[in-house]
This record gives sequence, C-alpha cells and structure tokens, in this order.
Amino acid sequence: MKRRRIAAWLGAAVLLPLAGFGLAAWRPALLPGGPGPAETAPEQVRRGAVLAALGYCASCHTAEGGRPYAGGRGIGTPFGTIYATNITPDPETGLGRWTRAAFTRAMREGVDREGRHLYPAFPYTHYAGLTDADIAALYAFTMTREPVRAEAKANALPFPLSWRPLIAGWKLLFVREPSIPGVTSPADPRRDPEWHRGAYLAEALSHCGACHTPRNRLGAEIRSKAYAGGEADGWWAPPLDRSSPAPLPWSRDDLARYLAEWDPMHGGAAGPMRPVVDAHRTVPADEIRALATYVATLSGPAGSRTGPVDRAVASDEPAPARGAAIYAGACAVCHESGGAAAGGVPYTTSSLGHRTSLRAPDPRNLLLVLRDGVAPREHAPGPIMPAFGATLTRAQMTDLAAYLRARFSPDGPWPDLDATVRALMPDPPPREPPGRTARAGPSP
Amino acid sequence: MTALTRRTLLVGGALLVGIGPPRRALAASLPGSLKEAPRIDAWIRIGEDGAVTVLTGKAELGQGIKTALIQVAAEELGLAPASLRLVTADTELTPNEGYTAGSHSMQDSATAIRHAAAACRALLTAAAGRRLSLPPESLTVAEGAVAAPDGRRLAFGEIAAGIELDADVPAEGRLRDPATYTVVGRPLPRVDIPAKVAGGAAYIQDIRAPGMVHARIVRPPRPGARLVGVEAEAVAARPGTIRVHRDGSFLAVLAEREYAAVTAMRALARVAVWQGGTPVPEPDALFADLAGRAAKRSLIHEAGTGTPAPAGRRVAAQYRRRYQMHGSIGPSCAVAEFDGDRLTVWSHAQGMFPLRQALAELLALPEDRIRCIHVEGSGCYGHNGADDAAGDAALLARALPGRPVRVQYTREQEHLWEPYGGAMLTDASAVLGPDDRIADWDYAVRSPTHLTRPPGAGQLLSARMLEKPFPAPPPKALPQPEGGGDRNAIPLYRLPRARVAHDFVADMPLRVSALRSLGAYMNVFSIESFFDELAEEAGADPVAFRLAHLDDPRARAVIEAAASRFGWGTALPRGRGAGFAFARYKNLAAYCALAVEVAVERESGRVRLVRAQAAVDAGEVVNPHGIRDQIEGGIIQAMSWSLFEAVGHDAEGPTSRDWSTYPIARFPDVPDRLDVHLIDRPGQPFLGAGEVAQGPTAAALANAIRRAAGVRLRELPMRPELVKAAIGV
Amino acid sequence: MPNLTVNGRTHAVAAEPETPLLYVLRDELGLNGAKFGCGLGQCGACTVEVEGRAVLSCLTPVGVLEGRAVTTVEGLGSPEHPGPLQAAFIAENAAQCGYCIAGMVMRAHALLRAVPHPSEAEIRDALRFNLCRCGTHMRILAAVKRAAGASSAVTGALR
Ligand code: FES
Ligand code: FES
Repeated sequence: MKRRRIAAWLGAAVLLPLAGFGLAAWRPALLPGGPGPAETAPEQVRRGAVLAALGYCASCHTAEGGRPYAGGRGIGTPFGTIYATNITPDPETGLGRWTRAAFTRAMREGVDREGRHLYPAFPYTHYAGLTDADIAALYAFTMTREPVRAEAKANALPFPLSWRPLIAGWKLLFVREPSIPGVTSPADPRRDPEWHRGAYLAEALSHCGACHTPRNRLGAEIRSKAYAGGEADGWWAPPLDRSSPAPLPWSRDDLARYLAEWDPMHGGAAGPMRPVVDAHRTVPADEIRALATYVATLSGPAGSRTGPVDRAVASDEPAPARGAAIYAGACAVCHESGGAAAGGVPYTTSSLGHRTSLRAPDPRNLLLVLRDGVAPREHAPGPIMPAFGATLTRAQMTDLAAYLRARFSPDGPWPDLDATVRALMPDPPPREPPGRTARAGPSP
Repeated sequence: MTALTRRTLLVGGALLVGIGPPRRALAASLPGSLKEAPRIDAWIRIGEDGAVTVLTGKAELGQGIKTALIQVAAEELGLAPASLRLVTADTELTPNEGYTAGSHSMQDSATAIRHAAAACRALLTAAAGRRLSLPPESLTVAEGAVAAPDGRRLAFGEIAAGIELDADVPAEGRLRDPATYTVVGRPLPRVDIPAKVAGGAAYIQDIRAPGMVHARIVRPPRPGARLVGVEAEAVAARPGTIRVHRDGSFLAVLAEREYAAVTAMRALARVAVWQGGTPVPEPDALFADLAGRAAKRSLIHEAGTGTPAPAGRRVAAQYRRRYQMHGSIGPSCAVAEFDGDRLTVWSHAQGMFPLRQALAELLALPEDRIRCIHVEGSGCYGHNGADDAAGDAALLARALPGRPVRVQYTREQEHLWEPYGGAMLTDASAVLGPDDRIADWDYAVRSPTHLTRPPGAGQLLSARMLEKPFPAPPPKALPQPEGGGDRNAIPLYRLPRARVAHDFVADMPLRVSALRSLGAYMNVFSIESFFDELAEEAGADPVAFRLAHLDDPRARAVIEAAASRFGWGTALPRGRGAGFAFARYKNLAAYCALAVEVAVERESGRVRLVRAQAAVDAGEVVNPHGIRDQIEGGIIQAMSWSLFEAVGHDAEGPTSRDWSTYPIARFPDVPDRLDVHLIDRPGQPFLGAGEVAQGPTAAALANAIRRAAGVRLRELPMRPELVKAAIGV
Repeated sequence: MPNLTVNGRTHAVAAEPETPLLYVLRDELGLNGAKFGCGLGQCGACTVEVEGRAVLSCLTPVGVLEGRAVTTVEGLGSPEHPGPLQAAFIAENAAQCGYCIAGMVMRAHALLRAVPHPSEAEIRDALRFNLCRCGTHMRILAAVKRAAGASSAVTGALR
C-alpha cells in the first residue's frame, strides 16, 4: 500500500510541477522581526493558551521527554516520518524572528518565514479557518513561551517527497478554505451559539477531520466524506458521522465527559486520541462542551443502534473456549468489575460491549491496545492497562480478539483478523526494555 | 495446638514454650520500655544450650528494627549478631510495648533491651565469677562465653541455669563503653532482606497453614452504604465455596482455594444490593468545609505574654493539605484460627496488644483467650487496613472453628477503606521586628484526629457494619508533647512572643487515622514554608535566617552540615531552585535538615526533585544503613505525597480506588542524587528517625519551587496544575 | 489441566486454564516470590519472567503458558545462596518492607538479559511500572547497577 502511494506521488511529482510551479511554488521570505508589546498583552496570552491547548500544538511539537514546544516529535505518515519543528521563540532554531504576519501566513497557507512550503502534517488546511483574532492570540502565546534552543530534525521522506516545492502543487489541488458556519460561511439559523462555537473549534482549531476524515491517495482529506472515519498513526479513527458504529449514541454530555477525561458509557481515549484528551485538562469546560455539542450533531440521533452487546459464545469449540479462558483470567478482573460507580475498578465500562473498538470494521485498535496497553498518565489520574504483547502469543491474541468480537459485537467475525495479528504482533515479542513509548502500559 | 501455631513458635524458639508471660509492673525511673516491663527475662532469655533469645514488643515494619535490636543486644552480650534469635510482638511471649509507631522503637525497645542485656551480662559474669572464684570485674564476655584472664571459659549454657533472669533490671546498670563497640554503629546487613529477595517465607501473605481457607470480603461501593439484600445461594453453591457469611452489612465468602475465593467474591459483589452512604464535600469545597466545622481549641504554647505586642511588619499565610493515603503496596491480610476456646490471630498491624483488646470486645472473649502474633506485611506507614483485616479474620474464624482463615483485601478495598491522613488547615502570622528577627508569632492548626486505632472494637471497620454494630469511639486529640494534629506545631526556634493553638475537629467526612508523622508533616510544611516567607520579607538567606533563630547546637549542626554538603548558595541554572527546611521530629526525637534542588517546567508546572542532601542526628547510631534507608525512603515518599498525592473524592465518597486514580511517584520521578549525612552521637540516647524526613521534604520542595519559578505554593499536594496555575500562562 | 514449567520443573496444574499464574504459583506450588499487590496489572509486585520477558503474573492465565518457561525469583537463588542479582540487592540493602522487591528483581533480571549494561535512564525506564511505596528506589537503582557491573554511584557517601 505504501509503495502504491509512493508511485502516485511520483506521478504527481511529474505532473504537478508543470501546473503549479511558476504560479504557486515560490513564496517570498518575510523579514525577520518579533512581536510588539501590544501583540503579547497578558489577555492575549491567556486566550492563546486555551486555543493552543485546543489546537493540540504541544502534542505534536513536544518530543517524548523533551521540552514543551521545542519540537522533535516524529509524526508518522503513510509517506514517511515528518519531524515537528521547534515553535518556541528561540531566535536561531525556533520562531524568535517571526512576525505576526509570518506566523499568520504559516497558519493559513502552510509557508514558513523563509518562504518554504510546509508539509500538510501541519494542519494548515484547517487552521486556514481561524479568525485573525485567534491567530493573534496564538501568536501572543507562542512568542511568550520559554525559548529553547533545539535544531529541527531532518524529515525521513523519500525523494521526491523531500522536495518541498512539490507541496505547492499539492496545495493547488487540495487546499480550499474550510467552510465554517458563522465564520467562513453563513450561520445556521437552527443552531445556537454554542453549536457554532463547537463547529469553529472542530473544523478549524481542533482539526478533528485531520484524523476522522478519510484521505485520498495523495494524503488529502476527502471533503465529500467528512468525518466518515480515517486513520492516525496506524490506528483506526472512528467515524464521527452517522456511520459511527458506537454501540450507544454519543450524546453531547457523553462526548463532553469523554473529551474531558473519560466516559462511563463509551470508555476513554487510547492511542493518538489520548494526547488530545490530555490536552483538554487545561481547557475551560464550556469550550469542551461546545466541541461536544457540535460533534454530537454529526452523528445525529440514535437510529439503528443495537446498544451494548454481551452474547453467550459457544464454548464447546476449542478456539472460543481458549479465548474465553484468556478473557476470564486476564480481562475480567477489571472489565467485569462493573465500573467505579458499582464499586469496581475505575476507568472500566460496565461491560466491554460499550467499546466502539469491538464494533470497528477491523481489529487494529483492539489489537494495539491489547499489545501495548495504556500507560499511566504522568502524575495525574487516568486509566492504566497492562500490555499483553509479551504475554500472549499470536495464536492466543487471535483467540482472544475473536472471542471478544463474538461476545461483544453483533457484526460477525473480523475477516482479516489473522493477517492483522501477524502484521501487528512481532513474533517472538520484543524483549526488555519496551522502549520509551508514552502510550505503552506495564509489562513489555 | 495446630501445626500453624507450632510453626510460628519455632520461629520464636521452641525453648520459649512453657515460660509464662512476663509480669507487668511500673517502674517509672527505668529507661525506655523497662517502665512497663522491668524484668530481665521480659527481654532476654537464655536456653540450656546457651542460645540467647531477645524479645521485643515492637514489630518489624520494614524499618529494619530487627537488625538494630539484634545489634544492640549482641553488643551488650558480646555475641555475634547471627547467633541471636529475636521474637517480635506476640501477646503470649513479648512485653507489651503498645504500638510500633511514632519513631519510638529505638527509644523504647532498644533502650530496654540494652539495659536488660547489660543486666544479663552482669549476672552472667557474677555467676561465672562465683564458679571460677574470680572477681567479676576481671572477667570478659565474648562469643557466648565468659572468659577469665587465665584462659578458662564458661559458655553461657553452663552458667545460665544458675542465674535468675526474673529479676528486675537495676536502675543503675553498667553499659558497655561506646568506645569499645564492635557491633553497634556498624552497617550490619539487614537480617530480613535475603528472604525478601529470594522468595523465603517473609510475610503474613506467605502463611500456608494446613486446612487453611481463603476468605474475601465484599464491601459497599461507598462508605456509609448498608447492605439491603443479597441473593447468595448461587454463590454459596459454587464449587470450592465453603460458605457465604453475612452479619449485617459485613459480607464475606470462604473458599478452599484462593482463586475460588476471588471469583466467588466477584460473583457475590454482583448480587449484593447496597443503599445509602455518607456525603462528602466536593473537592473544591473541602477547605471551606473544614474551616466551617466545629472545633475545640486548645492553646498548646504561649511565650512572652508579659511583653507588649511589638511593632513591625506583619506577615500572614494560610496553608492547606488534602487527604492522603498510606497506599501500602500489599493490601492488608490476616490469618486467624479459633479452636472453639482460644483465638489466635496473625496480623501485620502495628499493635498486637491493643488489637487483642479490640478483638476481645468484638468477640466477647476474655483477653487471655486471644493471642495476637505479629508477622510482617507490606510497609504500612501508619494505620492502614491491617487491624481491619485482623478483625475480619477473627469474625470469620469464629464462624468456622477449627480451620485457619486467611483474609486478603483487594487493592480497591485497601484504597477505599484504609483510614486516610486527614485534610488540614494552618494559619501562620508573625511580626518581623526592626532587627529583621521574628518578634511575634501566631499559629493555629485545624486538624481532625490522627488516631482511630484499636483498642475499641468500634475502631475496626467491620465491627461498625455488623447487625449489632459497635459504634466508632469518639475521636480524640493526642496530647502534647508528642501531639497528633498539633505534632511539631510548636517551632523549635527562639521566638520571644508566641501563641500556638490546636483546633481539633472531631467530625470528619472521611475515615482518618495515623499516617507517618501525623500532623508533623503539615505543621513542618507550614512553619518551614512560612520561615522562608519571613526570610524573604527580611531580605535574609533562608539558612542564615533559621540559624539566627536557633540556639540548640544539635539543630544548628544538622543545618550547617546539610547546607555545606549541598553547596547552599551556589547559583543554579534557569528553571532550577534550591530549598531548605529543618525539623526536630516531635521536638524530642531526631533532627533533620534538608536541602533540595528542583527543576520546574514552566509550561506544564511539573516539578522534579533533582537532588537532595539531608543531615540527620538520631543520637547514637546503631545501624547507619537502617537510618539512612529510613531517611531516603521518607524523602522519596514525602516527595510523592507533596508533589502528586491527594485522595480524590466527589460528593459520593472517595474516588481513589487503585493506582490509576491515586498516582504515586515512579522511578523516573526519583532524584538523580540523594545523600544522607548522619551525625553520630555515641553514648547519647537513641532518637527515633523513622518519620523525621516527612515534613522537611514538603517544605524544602515548596521553598525550592519558590526560587525556581517565583511562585509560593501553600497547598499540598503541589500538583502540576496547581504549580501551573500559580505561574500563569 | 495445563502443564506449567516453573524454574525448570514441570508441574501438572490442577487449576483451570483461566486461573491467573499468580494464584497457581502461590496457592498451588507454594512459592512466595510473586506477590499480590493489586491484581490489576498496575503495580508490578507479581512480576515473573516468561521466556525471558517480564510478565505480570496476576493477569496471565495459566493456560497460555503451556510449553513456555516461567522463572520466579526463587529460580534465581535462595536466601542462603542468592543469585548475583539478588546478592546485589542484599549488598545494597535494597529493601525496606521488601514487598515490591521480588517484582523489581524479576523486571531488572529481564532487563539485564536483554541489555547487560543498561544506562541509568534505561533502568529507570524499565522499572517505571513497578511501584515501591517505601521509597527504596535509590537502593534498587544501586543494586541493579551493581549487578550490571557498574559502580554504585547512584547515591553519595554515607557519611
Ligand atoms: S499484582 Fe500484578 S501488577 Fe499488581
Ligand atoms: S520496599 Fe516496601 S514497597 Fe518497596
């Protein structure tokens, strides 16, 4: 799949320059400068802090164990790894010499101060919808961070993708101003201000579609299928629209709980969604509620949902029997404890039937959680799940996943379970140390 | 006697069987616990084979007390430590030394053992002198024998029969000259560690008695809830289940195998129906609630009342502390056996004698038909679930006579039901005189009780849930000079005018009791933070400011040692800060000064302890490793309390029910360097050191954060969000 | 009735395959090393080795271990004859209550098998899921470094 994508890129590499170059590729360097005192007024900075949290700037621009906003985190894309840059106001290696105009151009157009095109891993396709006032606040916040000297890491992209002018052509094809009711398009008279606020956050700042909308072969979001489900870092990003397979509908309150920490009806975030939820810790509740209000309307009211499923699985067959035994000894102690309200283990839903990952079209998310667990949040309450990657063999992992699917989903077995297990589970499992992956739970 | 009982007695030494319990008497003039148990044979016994057994009423809690007590006895008796046997708290065998708590073990028990051993040595040399017709002064005691200058030797076993160890320890016994010590003051390796690193039977959890059954308790989902119904037939009928036991809201299941008990417990939990509960203030309202509760004020210190109120700058601050928990790594466990007549309980609680009293009341059995034997558990750091588990085991053993019953709490039960360290509030106010010294001092600490231990059956959790419940005894304040909530509330500093008050709050929404150092943690945090605030106001260096208010030379010595070894005063990089704090635990135990360096990440408010330098004076040092480990452990634990830990709660009750909801320090959080400097005082009394680091750690961290990030934190824990809020965006 | 190989000996286990290894080790085989700390995979007190990898025995159904070698702390030595890593823990007094220690030893053992000379950061990282409440961390780090042949420079001089 990766190869095919590269081939597509190569094709584009030949064609697009012809179309796009002379016109779009060249962008001027902007003069160096910094913020004026009015541009970093405390009120601006405070507003910017909330916006930066909702834009998840730190999630990408902070390396694991690194200084905040100093960059260096590798963002995995289907085309290679792109390293986030240092956005602290260090004059040599960060944004210290960026004027507000340069910052605005980067946010809206994906062009850095020197005039180079930025890869769309930086979600300028969404940030283009930000208001001037919000960009100004984000600028104020950014320019008042602690400057950190940290050189950018070179991206690991194959030629010609490493050739930035190519991006200009990509932009020409795919960048459109996002449509945000009440901001870039007319307000929806049937909706209240909270919904409009949420729409603005989701479409622009929080760039939900960057993960939850499918992308085409060239890595651009398919607008016509907005929120129909996408990918992030090898994880399945569930649909937020009517095709959401969540067992229970996402009410606004459920979503707000989920986005703030954890929701007893659906569980909590894992994988690449976890840093998003963690970022919300510093966000005022009304912003989270606004986001939830809008996103809840994407999936609409509960229609044909079956609700949580917990079915008897015939255990006279050897495979389900094996899976059932693993579930009973490894999972049930927490996942059948009834949840915290019933005096059970915190951060567990009343049954795994509540979990969307078991309703997913493929078993990736389930397998990734089983393999890597959920690492404890640093110095704060949050779910912990051990990693079973070293405990269970591929066959056992397959038995367990098949059992969970059969018991907690009405959708029938996953056709590609075996292949996915083979792809995701190293055999034999890796030895200590597990390596510093913030999302992996205990056990190697 | 069951095999289990024999096994435990063998641990203590079979020779002890048949010797009656030691007589209790009061001898006020004698040192340490000799006041309560003055006879030599309460502490030291010698078998016919010459084997020496040392008895202590104190318990090994992981603090290394076994090793230190053996060293003390070995020194006085001229024996190799490895040749001694030690029996710890056992109501049938050892003296009653109350609780193993409050950093008292060395002061009380080691002092008693030292004097008893010296008396024993004197009797041995006197007896040998008679046998050899030599003056006792000419004899030496070494390697289990009394030796004459001419080379003749009499082994202890040969003379033991001729001496009367049931005599009282003389008030003026001759102790060994510290200059001649060969065992005391040496870093003897801990005697209990080999079994702990290699899977030996080291813990109460490792008891496997013949016929033993496994019990699990089913507790309400929240405190105060009552059991209104349970359809237990299906659970009781499960294979391997012996029975379901219910008495009021006390619900338990007994099974032959441990895992069967676990699964039966889960099944039972699903069919139990609970109702009600005790309301708890929302976290945001916690301190307003505490401030609004009725309190009984006592003025615990007053000085300079005759002098007029001085003029000067007044500085005031309020400090707060949230509920925090013991969080033992091993949830509580107990084993009990009732043979129809006598009850034997194995427990890792801190006081076997008070536990016996509580169980006697709970079961309406005379105390002399109950025996409580201490067996090590996981570290407790105060009153955790151990007593409750012992109570549960006793209740269930009575229900199933003839079979030893093992109760093991779950992680969630330990977290939810252990008695927490209480929320507290302190108010400090002082006047800085024109000379930049403190001219007036006002301090009040508002605190719940720090002691809800047995005796008193109502202190046992399940006793309150029975059909005929035992009500919880009314909470009490512990008196000065040791104090409870007001422990260390009186500064050691020279303060010409001062008033210190204790506002005792009897009624608390959550169950609370003793957590390592009790109120001292909060009071030292408050006083030592406030001292830095005053030093800042005076424009003085915090260390110099402390020294300017201190006369006690030993206090000055630890402060000077910690400061100089730390390199106090050297510049630190941006984002780093140094902090200092000092306390003498309870104002009468060990001295501890602590300097720390922290790094504060401004963006997140995360604080990391980078290095720490402690200096400690615990009087005469018996085992430097033992004290060092207590201080190191105390600093790391108090760092975890101070930076990360608060019991979560909502209106329904505590929400901290496991490690995911009560995060504590992990390896990446511990400092790069942690040095403990001991100032040994040979010949001086032992000063308990086990809890001395808690308060200074909290204050030194707060003081260091102030210097690293420019913000003053006055609430524990100083979690990242609190630090970040103080820093601002 | 699964077969279970622990410390080189194979046992026919009476427990159901779902039974977590911890209960089989403690209740059926009478081994003390692996400890019950949480039973939820949160503390590491129950850590053992399965084919050289550190595994939480409280959440490992015994049925999945058929044909796979399990090592507990008893397999590394005895109180009388401790193995090298255990000897390092004894030499550094690396236990207070000691309840967490067997789990620490096993996780460190798995680390040293994979990385014989780990850096301090690697040791801290490998042990980060094992909780210790007594604050014995500095001693444990010193013990692991000692066993790895490095100097025990993690804490300073005693006096
Ligand atoms: S007992 Fe297994 S991780 Fe805690
Ligand atoms: S030594 Fe007690 S928990 Fe680690």
